[in-house]
Amino acid sequence: METIPVEHGFILAGILFCLGLIGVLTRRNVVFVLMSLEIMLNASGLAFIVAAARWEHAEGQVMFLMILTLAAAEVAVGLGLIIQMFRQFQTVDINVLSEMKG
Amino acid sequence: MTLLFYLAGAIAILATFAVIVQTNIVHALLYLILSLLAVAAIFYVLGAPFAAVLEAIVYAGAILVLFLFVIMMLNLGQHTRDQEKGWLTGRMFLAPGVMSALLLGQLLNVLSQVDQDMAVTRVGVMEVSALLFGPYVLAVELASILLLAGLVSAYHLAKR
Repeated sequence: METIPVEHGFILAGILFCLGLIGVLTRRNVVFVLMSLEIMLNASGLAFIVAAARWEHAEGQVMFLMILTLAAAEVAVGLGLIIQMFRQFQTVDINVLSEMKG
Repeated sequence: MTLLFYLAGAIAILATFAVIVQTNIVHALLYLILSLLAVAAIFYVLGAPFAAVLEAIVYAGAILVLFLFVIMMLNLGQHTRDQEKGWLTGRMFLAPGVMSALLLGQLLNVLSQVDQDMAVTRVGVMEVSALLFGPYVLAVELASILLLAGLVSAYHLAKR
């Protein structure tokens, strides 16, 4: 039976998560921000699958399915919001949405 | 199989990096599909074929097609691409890059104390479904309610 070091799987998930975080922090285009959020959710799902492989349980895959459902619902609502934003402001620049000035 | 894991991991990291530095939105989307397919290959190597198939169908199929449709509807064009090029200077990446690198370094520090190999055991569809429709049936029902709420709100938000 071949083995893969478990920390390599977690390191891969961490690198993907950090890349997604950089994307969320740097981009001003709201579509790119949503895509980076998808990357981060996917990385957390990868961590669950790695844990499922390490402890030989199917529960990790169940959690991955829940994350998948969450990502699908989040993308549907987020893209609806982007369409609405584009109709009102004719731009996808996220800095336009600073009217509340908290 | 071990080689496939590292190969797919390298492809996933490179494609994800290409997503966050890309200025053309459709190219970024195609790189994202590549990254998700590489992650699906990793799932297969790690003995989760059901999750791999779902990743390919739901993520790379459904979610990114949704993205593509919205990009087509918005019809952003050359103007946004130029704007994006103006925003995306190297200086922009400095502070977020340093912060994320610190986070990753901390994570690596914690993970370096874990030193275990995982034997790759296949967890097939049957075990996952037995769990889904056994102890986690309430979670499945809640997920369906979440999807219904997402459907209704997306319809309402995108309506003129």
